[in-house]
Amino acid sequence: MSGAGPRENVFATRMALTNTKLRLKGAETGHSLLAKKRDALTTRFRAILRKVDEAKRKMGRVMQLASFSMAEVTYTTGDISYIVQEQAKLATFRVKAKQENVSGVLLPGFDVDRVPGSDFNLTGLGRGGQQVLRAKEVYAKALETLVELASLQTAFTILDEVIRATNRRVNAIEHIIIPRLDNTIKYIMSELDEMDREEFFRLKKVQGKKKRDAGKAEMQAITDEEERLKQLDDQQEPTADLLSTKDEDVIF
Amino acid sequence: MASTTAFKDRNLIAVIGDERWSGPDSRRQDSITGLLLAGIGHINEHQRKNFLIVDSSKVFGVFHVIPCSRMSPETQISAIETAFQEFTQRKDIAIVLINQHIAEKIRPTVDRYQEAFPTLLEIPSKDHPYDPSKDSVLKRVQKLFGE
Repeated sequence: MSGAGPRENVFATRMALTNTKLRLKGAETGHSLLAKKRDALTTRFRAILRKVDEAKRKMGRVMQLASFSMAEVTYTTGDISYIVQEQAKLATFRVKAKQENVSGVLLPGFDVDRVPGSDFNLTGLGRGGQQVLRAKEVYAKALETLVELASLQTAFTILDEVIRATNRRVNAIEHIIIPRLDNTIKYIMSELDEMDREEFFRLKKVQGKKKRDAGKAEMQAITDEEERLKQLDDQQEPTADLLSTKDEDVIF
Repeated sequence: MASTTAFKDRNLIAVIGDERWSGPDSRRQDSITGLLLAGIGHINEHQRKNFLIVDSSKVFGVFHVIPCSRMSPETQISAIETAFQEFTQRKDIAIVLINQHIAEKIRPTVDRYQEAFPTLLEIPSKDHPYDPSKDSVLKRVQKLFGE
């Protein structure tokens, strides 16, 4: 069982086992957190999707209205497109970026930022000035809708990306990291068991050898003792008196 | 997401819009004029405009704001593509508006565009009502729901 599946390249020690167990626990916590994050993001994503759909349809109506007001201008004033194109120098209708935090993801959005300017003031001075002004306002309104839609769409794109990344992580943890850590733990356990058995066997072996050695030593001791006694007996007979022998002179 | 760090500087809206002569009575049905009238037009210090006018008629074109309008349709499409690339790569543009029927001409490029910044928005024009089934974002929406 231990060899099946991929596992980490570790030495089978108790420390590695503790470490791997800790990592498995961490991976499981991370998995549940990421799954929660994914759920939160998906909820948000669905809401945005619905809004995007709505806003796109609204944009169709709004742009139609705007075109109609432009037609009015063309009818009363004549062709102003050339003048308008030539006078466009500095944007007065800009957007400002803002940020929103959804479970750790920064979602950017745009706000309309209108600088009061005086361009195109002379457009339609002769006739149709009112229509021009109205068309300007209608188009500004339409643009507001467009900006709103753009921020929704940006949020949509970013959320899509983030959800994909989160999904990848969740799946990676679920299907690769956790099984691998499991395999590693099993491997270490089996290796440790194996080592335990080996150790036990060796201990037995050593014990047996020691016993044998002890037995041998005892036997030796007994024979030695007997030998010594015999020798002692042998030495008993030629007990020469020390006085009869002469020591050599000791010279210091 | 390296683009998120710099998105505070983006505050312009770019347009790729049409300008069409609908007949000999020279009535223009353009969406770009209205948008410019609302005040989004900007010419920066390098004299780069943030709008491109695509002239969809060859027959009644009397004056042309951009030189590419006299070119063949293929060249015009390449001009649209160039403008599209420029607008999407500029650092000061937050939103790119493009008329849907123009987006249709460079559909592969538009569909390939997946960045969050600048946001790409397809808008309807008067002669071409909005068709949700062609929108690159709505296509993705539908794909997500279809799964």
